[in-house]
Amino acid sequence: MKTIIVVGNGMVGYKFCEKFVSQDGSKDFKITVFGEEPRPAYDRVHLSEFFESQDAKALEMAPRSWYEENGVELITDERVSDINRTDKKITTAKDREFSYDYLVMATGSSPFVPPIKGVEKEGVFVYRTIEDLEGMLAYAAKLNKEKPNARAAVLGGGLLGLEAGKAVLDMGLEPHIVEFAPKLMPRQLDSRSSQVLKQKLESIGLNIHLSKATNQILGDEAITGMEFGEDDRLDVDMLIISAGIRPRDELAKACGLDVGVRGGIVVDNTMKTSDDSIYAIGEIALYNQMIYGLVAPGYDMADVAAKQILGNTDAVMPDDIDMSTKLKLIGVDVASFGEPFMPASKGHSIIFENKTQYLYKRINVSLDGKSLLGGILVGDASDYNMLHQVYLNGMAIPEDPAQLILPASDGASAFGDVTDLPDEAQVCSCESVTKGQICAAIENGEATDVAGVVSCTKAGTGCGGCKPMVTDLTNATLKSLGIEVKEGVCEHFDLNRQDLYKIIQVKEYTTFNEVLDNHGNGGHGCELCKPLIASLMATINADTANKEYAIQDSNDRFLANIQRNGTYSVVPRVPGGEITPDKLIALGEIAKKYDLYTKVTGGVRIDLFGATLNQLPLIWKELISHGFESGHAYGKSLRTVKTCVGSTWCRYGMDESVSFGIELENRYRGIRAPHKIKGGVSGCIRECAEARGKDFGLIAVEGGWNLYVGGNGGATPRHAELLAEQIDNETVIKYLDRYLMFYMRTAKPLQRTAAWQERLEGGLDYLKEVIIDDKLGIVEDLEKEMQTLVNKFECEWTQAINDPEMMKRFSHFVNSEDDDDNLVFVPMRDQKMPEPWN
Amino acid sequence: MEAILDTYKTTKLEDVKVWFKAASVNDFPIDGGACVKYKGKQIAVFNFERLGKWYACQNVCPHKMEMVLSRGMIGDDKGAPKVACPLHKKTFSLENGENLNGDIDAIATYPVKIEDDLVYIGFTE
Repeated sequence: MKTIIVVGNGMVGYKFCEKFVSQDGSKDFKITVFGEEPRPAYDRVHLSEFFESQDAKALEMAPRSWYEENGVELITDERVSDINRTDKKITTAKDREFSYDYLVMATGSSPFVPPIKGVEKEGVFVYRTIEDLEGMLAYAAKLNKEKPNARAAVLGGGLLGLEAGKAVLDMGLEPHIVEFAPKLMPRQLDSRSSQVLKQKLESIGLNIHLSKATNQILGDEAITGMEFGEDDRLDVDMLIISAGIRPRDELAKACGLDVGVRGGIVVDNTMKTSDDSIYAIGEIALYNQMIYGLVAPGYDMADVAAKQILGNTDAVMPDDIDMSTKLKLIGVDVASFGEPFMPASKGHSIIFENKTQYLYKRINVSLDGKSLLGGILVGDASDYNMLHQVYLNGMAIPEDPAQLILPASDGASAFGDVTDLPDEAQVCSCESVTKGQICAAIENGEATDVAGVVSCTKAGTGCGGCKPMVTDLTNATLKSLGIEVKEGVCEHFDLNRQDLYKIIQVKEYTTFNEVLDNHGNGGHGCELCKPLIASLMATINADTANKEYAIQDSNDRFLANIQRNGTYSVVPRVPGGEITPDKLIALGEIAKKYDLYTKVTGGVRIDLFGATLNQLPLIWKELISHGFESGHAYGKSLRTVKTCVGSTWCRYGMDESVSFGIELENRYRGIRAPHKIKGGVSGCIRECAEARGKDFGLIAVEGGWNLYVGGNGGATPRHAELLAEQIDNETVIKYLDRYLMFYMRTAKPLQRTAAWQERLEGGLDYLKEVIIDDKLGIVEDLEKEMQTLVNKFECEWTQAINDPEMMKRFSHFVNSEDDDDNLVFVPMRDQKMPEPWN
Repeated sequence: MEAILDTYKTTKLEDVKVWFKAASVNDFPIDGGACVKYKGKQIAVFNFERLGKWYACQNVCPHKMEMVLSRGMIGDDKGAPKVACPLHKKTFSLENGENLNGDIDAIATYPVKIEDDLVYIGFTE
């Protein structure tokens, strides 16, 4: 068995491992990866998202378990400090030695810090790692506290610098961008497009300073400003340096590998360095005398190196590397592809500019007007994917190429359909996935929807820019196969849940039969549509499950959870998990009297198991007399709001999490939703209530609550995302009313908030626009609808035991008062359980 | 366990020897079911009002042998009346007892007649 050592666990280093282990023959090799950062490789391209989510895990390329499962040894927090090429050994900073047969250098780059006087001052940061970001966040938090209107500057107006500018904005500081060149993004944009971008960014609050050479950083210990010329200063409280990258080639230099004059390890088109056993990939590799600072060529290099080591000598890097990029900078589309700047001798440029809308589009076409050579898009890059494909595949362009960028008067696209692309067209350049591969995944049945295509081809998992095209291709392919994406809830309705919601609301239906007879396909309903319509009517008409009980799901019908042997479990509500000793005793006594198995549930309530249908009303009569009410554990409705003990007792607590948790649980109890809803309230960032694992979660912070939405445990755990920060109780309730109601109106049947939110077009940004900015003009209605539900709440068990007609439901036999004589219980740990199934 | 199943045999109308008076029609939910006890047997009886028909079958679901079918939801599968077991949503035809969404054994069905607002179930003994 041969050993490969990968030096560097960044995006490209990880990609090498992924590509390698997926190849035949990889089992004959052992891979060990060294990363100097404490965590496994993460997505640096989307680093600025960390400021919104502060969730480092979400950025991970793969969890640690992936490395284990694939036999890759991952050693983090340990830098490789020396390479001994003669003995084929490396030494780490912890003085450990490892031998290798092949060495893959993927050390990447580090931020270039210009030699300006004062860069060592407190408050000066670089923008590269999650640790850098955490340092910035802490510093910004300190600034925000000490000084209103604190300012932060970014040194560098390139792609990364502007990303950092967004980070400054997210941190709540006044953002300034300082660029040495006379234009923004000098490597991707021409002067005019750069000007359009500048104006657009200024319109959203960024201050941009061009042609500024920084002489020194001012301040005693901490930064207070930047000096450009003698009388030219900018007062700032924080500085983020993003002035380009330098390959991390110090190891290579020390061991005598060939490096370029301006850094980078020289490689040939097989990614091999001047040493036959050593390869270099990513931002450390100097190929064609160029360092490629984009992820797509880095991934290609990883692929080539993996194949070369496995003996596939045909795999080489192409001579021309596509440097096209598309990104959203602070909400502004910017894209450039092919040759963005082109000398007039090579072709003609067609330029469309509209400064009133901050739009700029330029395409460069060959002198004969037949092919597209490159272009720039600012403000609207929706045509990027098609233009990029036309360029990459040398596809024919319209006789009047201007049509490619001019807004079509009839709304028709100048492009053909996505299906017109050749099969070899590369749709996802990060993962090198072609149109043919995407279509094949669907045609051979491996995938039946976009999510399936993404998971089996990996298309769209890099920068994500190709997602719209992958979606279009998937839908077009499904359609061509005659597969209709069915939306109806079951054979009785062609309508989806959302349509049914509107119909029931507008027509004010109150019975299942009305809906079925007026909008169904004939027939008599089933176990899919009946509970769905029951739930919709409960939401719209504020009904309890007692209203039309025969259409309720069986748990709702008997207001209890059916268990293995057909007996039921009973869960009274214990809001926020707060319970008096008297109530605890009452629960114990009732459980004892009816011989019920008792257990604390996952939602920190007490569950009483083994009640027969006949016993349910007797048990509830007693529970209600002790002040309990239904816990709705049986419904697609609010379960619990889990709380930590909060500031009433906890020495760390910032707010009364229990009080607020109880208020929220009592507010939303009983509402019927597409699926169950759980909440959590934590009194501080230690998060003992695990609020971010809930459909809605609150964490007390300085100045209010952070509100998170759309989390869940279950089969696909997902952390809730931050919807709003530092808001007071009243605002929390307002936003939650809107959020829950919006979810109840629009989700699919049995879709938890997490899945709903994930599939919401426009994602979290859209959600914020709807919930906070009222983009759809519906928040008033949402609040009103929720308030109605809150006002009309009634405990359905209290309702049931007080109505003899309803009580008839709770007997096992219609003609006898006997219990089910088929039940067999066996003892277990001092309690009982149903006899196991065969 | 399987012995339970042996006590339930589909009964055809022409073989009925005993019409057991179970309960009043009002004791059954509209478009839903309830369970009737007869000589140690548990029979699920359904008032399928949308079809204007009544159905009866064994209460035990042959999947896990629990006495639960009477608590199941009724509906139709492409026009054929069915009941869905509340435990795992196995569906059975109310006409012939066949399992419609799998290959579990069929359930036994029994004739029902309504006279003077009373529900009768037909048995051979």
